[in-house]
Amino acid sequence: MELILALGIGVLAGSGVWLILRPRTFQVIIGLSLLSYAVNLFILGMGRIRVGAAPILAAPGSGDPAQFADPLPQALVLTAIVISFATTALFLVVLLASRGLTGTDHVDGREPEP
Amino acid sequence: MSRLADHLIIAPIVLPFFAGALMLALGGERRRNVNAALNVAVTFSLAAISIVLLRTADGASGVTLVYRLGDWPAPIAIVLVLDRLAALMLLLTGLLGSAAVVFSLARWHRVGVLFHPLFQFLLMGINGAFLTGDLFNLFVFFEVLLAASYGLAMHGSGSARVTAGLHYIAVNLAASLLFLIGVSLIYGVAGTLNMADLAARIPAMQGEDRALLQAGAGVLGVAFLVKAGMWPLCFWLPATYGAAPPPVAAIFAVLTKVGVYIVLRLWLLLFGGGSEAAFQFGSEFLLAGGIATIAFGAIGSLATQDMARLAAYSVLVSSGTVLASIGMGQAGVTAAALFYLFSSTLGLAAFFLLVELVERGREPGADVLAVTREFYGEEEELEESGEVGIAIPATMGILGMAFVGCALVISGLPPLSGFIAKFALLTAALNPPGGGVPMAAWVLLPALILSGLAALIAMTRAGIRALWASPDRSVPRVRLIEIAPVAALLLICALQTIQAGPVLRFMQATAQSLHVPHDYIRDVLGATEERPPRRVGPT
Repeated sequence: MELILALGIGVLAGSGVWLILRPRTFQVIIGLSLLSYAVNLFILGMGRIRVGAAPILAAPGSGDPAQFADPLPQALVLTAIVISFATTALFLVVLLASRGLTGTDHVDGREPEP
Repeated sequence: MSRLADHLIIAPIVLPFFAGALMLALGGERRRNVNAALNVAVTFSLAAISIVLLRTADGASGVTLVYRLGDWPAPIAIVLVLDRLAALMLLLTGLLGSAAVVFSLARWHRVGVLFHPLFQFLLMGINGAFLTGDLFNLFVFFEVLLAASYGLAMHGSGSARVTAGLHYIAVNLAASLLFLIGVSLIYGVAGTLNMADLAARIPAMQGEDRALLQAGAGVLGVAFLVKAGMWPLCFWLPATYGAAPPPVAAIFAVLTKVGVYIVLRLWLLLFGGGSEAAFQFGSEFLLAGGIATIAFGAIGSLATQDMARLAAYSVLVSSGTVLASIGMGQAGVTAAALFYLFSSTLGLAAFFLLVELVERGREPGADVLAVTREFYGEEEELEESGEVGIAIPATMGILGMAFVGCALVISGLPPLSGFIAKFALLTAALNPPGGGVPMAAWVLLPALILSGLAALIAMTRAGIRALWASPDRSVPRVRLIEIAPVAALLLICALQTIQAGPVLRFMQATAQSLHVPHDYIRDVLGATEERPPRRVGPT
């Protein structure tokens, strides 16, 4: 379980970083999306990996907290997903505006000299 | 204190939030005049509220006011914390916001859509970042202010702005992801996101846990230093700030200081002078990075031919100076750095506004032409200005005076506040309380003086070229509401000079409580016990 999660985060983050460093705006936006997936999985992992445990205590004093999963990282990840989704959408609009204004999809707004 | 005054802490966040939402609900662009009136009213009242909060925070023994959202005690739920530093930054934001919004009324709010709502959301994000006492909540407010700043940076469109905005967004999205990695790493190790609780738990951490915590703090630090513009994380800044519309650039001057503020707050709380020597880390990095930023900014300001970019490079110098001073790790130096932060931010904002007024009367690309002219030496220009006593139009006189004022504040020459700030900084650095001048002070000294010289040369050259030597300029049309904010900002710098004693005393009290954060931690975590028993509510 740990190995799969670690490999997943690593592959996503590695691909994301590589794509961010590419010169085309579309590659950058896909790279940022992959990176944000990696970060979301990482946040979830920081709450310790538990399978089949309920996240919230049912009532006060209804048992040992160690039997339950930590609910906070799940709340954090939800917020992070919403925010990264919204900012990616905003970036997409800017990407299209830049394409329309400059006529190229290079991140610098002009094609490099051949 | 009355109940109403207790709730004043949350007003700097709630007020712009509702104002922004109301503007959109009223019909956004179709009611621009209503929006503008609302924007002016709310921004000015924010400045007034921040003055009240500052007086409260500077009360008898320097209280730390804690506002518990939902009335849950501190480590469980999010709290807002108001101390001297937060109140100071709120005041700075309020002043810059008021100047920028008045300036924008002349014409800039008409060049694009939804200027006023975005401006309010930006203020909400900035104020929230200053007030929050929780790491993840800080992330949320950072995203609010960044999302609004993306829109404002590209206000007015145009390919230069959109290309610079594209880089700005990409860099900041990547930095936000680093922020999340740092926050979650810290949570995974320490099990808390409350800043005060975190500081209280750090001494108990040993071995691997502490290494992981420092790794998390380092990653988090990179995210803030991108915003603060520390070299080598600052290459996005000059292009974005240079291309942003002037009123937006003026309020962006405080945006870099948000990053600086977080470094001040978190680093001093977690790893600074308050904790034992074994827990300190990162001061050499801050010092070296700050000095490198000063050098980069100074060289950049000498090299650039464009006045807006000159202002942007001066922002870097200002950031670098404060960061390097924090890295010295002495309360006296931090106090002077806070004085410098306040005065330089005001001066820079005034300069960003002034640049547009001065540039207005010139043909586009005049700066580049001027360089060619100097290089090839056009003799004819000199002869036609040979007549004695050309009448200088009053507008040019006022612009020139304001330019001189900005140059004095930014380069740190007497008689304005920039000089007192740098003087206090060097005095504190060369006279540490224990005696014996540290090596770091000998590095900071030439960096400060040489950066001041570089700023002076760059600004003098730009001023002469723009105001005296351009042969083909017409007198710009400048309206009163455009020059008034510039004059007001410079006037505040002058006031800061006259009242330097009380202001420095305030900064010293601020720096003391930052370097000895026990009171802060006690106030935030102990807020539960001190309060009267809770009134009975639904359970």
